[in-house]
Amino acid sequence: MKLPLDVRTLVAGLVVAGLLLLPLYSFLSGNVFVLTLFTRIVILALAAASLNLIMGYGGMMSFGHAAYLGIGGYAVGMLAQEGVGSGFVQFPVALMASAFYALVIGALSLRTRGVYFIMITLAFAQMAYYVASGLARYGGDDGLTIYKRSDFAGLINLSNRVQFYYLCLACLLATVFLIWRIVNSRFGLVVQGLRSNEQRMQAIGFPAKRYKLVCFVIAGTMCGLAGALLANNTDFVSPAVMYWTRSGDLMVMVILGGMGTLFGPVIGAVVYLLLEELLSQITEYWALIMGPLLLLIVLFGRGGIMGLLGRLNRG
Amino acid sequence: MLLVVEQILNGLQFGLLLFLLAAGLTLVFGIMDLVNLAHGSLYMMGAYFAATFVAWTGNFVLGALLALGATLLLGIVLEFTALRHLYGRDHLDHVLATFGLILFFNEAVRLIWGPAGLALPLPPWLSVPVQIVPGIYYPAYRLAIIVVALLVALLLFLGVMRTRIGMLIRAGASNREMIGALGINIKLLYTLVFGLGAALAGLAGLMQAPILTVQIGMGENILILAFVVIVIGGIGSIRGAFIAAILIGLIDTLGRAFLPNLLRQVLSSAAASTAAPALSSMLIYLLMAIVLVLRPEGLFPATRR
Repeated sequence: MKLPLDVRTLVAGLVVAGLLLLPLYSFLSGNVFVLTLFTRIVILALAAASLNLIMGYGGMMSFGHAAYLGIGGYAVGMLAQEGVGSGFVQFPVALMASAFYALVIGALSLRTRGVYFIMITLAFAQMAYYVASGLARYGGDDGLTIYKRSDFAGLINLSNRVQFYYLCLACLLATVFLIWRIVNSRFGLVVQGLRSNEQRMQAIGFPAKRYKLVCFVIAGTMCGLAGALLANNTDFVSPAVMYWTRSGDLMVMVILGGMGTLFGPVIGAVVYLLLEELLSQITEYWALIMGPLLLLIVLFGRGGIMGLLGRLNRG
Repeated sequence: MLLVVEQILNGLQFGLLLFLLAAGLTLVFGIMDLVNLAHGSLYMMGAYFAATFVAWTGNFVLGALLALGATLLLGIVLEFTALRHLYGRDHLDHVLATFGLILFFNEAVRLIWGPAGLALPLPPWLSVPVQIVPGIYYPAYRLAIIVVALLVALLLFLGVMRTRIGMLIRAGASNREMIGALGINIKLLYTLVFGLGAALAGLAGLMQAPILTVQIGMGENILILAFVVIVIGGIGSIRGAFIAAILIGLIDTLGRAFLPNLLRQVLSSAAASTAAPALSSMLIYLLMAIVLVLRPEGLFPATRR
């Protein structure tokens, strides 16, 4: 049976509509917790979407993407600590710091490929983790409490739950839109070509490394934004956000949703984090179910949720 | 001088432990082309099994042997039920699936042994210091680790390089289809290799157990170190893993021991004491980054298939 509308588009549309209407539900049901939970989900979905840009479209398997969450977060936290509360300073600094970090480690890491690339990005993220642990002035191992959220001069109030949620959602949707534009641009096509066959692209005359590096920096900058938002959400930033299992979480979200699909990572983040939340309510030992579930998804669900929906589409 | 010798021995001991872990990882990686993040969980299981069996039998050596067998068995079961289906798949699939296994093992341990850590007490004959050269004493247990690990390394090397099974393993690494066509049961061979790797990880875990606390998540930190080792050494190369493991063990231990004082020479005391711990934790990752930038395939790249 051929469905009239692509199921994937339909599901993506439903998810976006659901996210847009969520504060309404929260208001009507009086359930404040759900808004807090979804703010976190939306922020991590932004991080996952940025990882998808390099992993899904660019074929660069970064195992250190959580580093940007920390860098963005520490930019906000450190500036707040030093008395610079303005979001107009904090956010650009967070983005620039992430971009700079991505530029440096990208330039070094992209010399390697395959598993070596996975490992070197991991090593750099671990280095960032230890640097943050050593920042005694900013809390070191224990992390840094942010007493005042970023101040946007009355334009938007981050301490207001609903406003903050919509800010995060706007950032997410803008990022996904940007990724869509990038992927369909000449630049994006070159990057995807490099994923399929780097040698051939190089033979046609494209400077492979430069294209990949630019893509790597764009993704890192986007994730830095997620980091800055995350720090505002938790009013706290600690080295733990950069730990390698966090990078693993992000990878799981991308693969679960469907690598190299526009909305896959968003859906993956929603499903993964909701599942985590639900299972942890059922049993304290939620990971006992989550672990084998991941294994089953890998074994039987190729292409993640989006891949599954795509097969449904073909009937 | 005394301190230097002691720290060098500590570094050697840590490096050899890393080698045991990395050897299994690099074998599985090089031969089955499988990225196994759950290798650290096998290390943890080895330690938990040892703590349980030693308390149960009341005999350290017997308990350790039982734990070794249990980890071997666990590895074989794991390969048979889950990991065998991952061969030939994308590396990313491996990462995701074995990441799930880590979650599972950590939670299973919490369920069975509880969230608090266990201690594995040493028998009296292993907890005395030994005089290695006149005037220098070293804990007998750490010395025993060095001896056992060196012995295992030698056996492993001989086993892979000089026996028929080892020859088959190496042949399987270079061409899977061909060795299957020659009538070798490649599936059984892979199960054996994985079991061997698991047993090596378990051995590392149970030997480390009396020095550290046996706790959940103990496998994860050291797993990353083991990955650093095999990446520096060149994936699939046992010789590379050995050299890289010793190198990392020494650098990490000596860095932690002497870097604070070294930094104090150039920096103010306060700055040094904040920078030193972070810097010494970073040293090995820095080394890995440098090696990969200079030699993207590691120091001793195994011949590509």
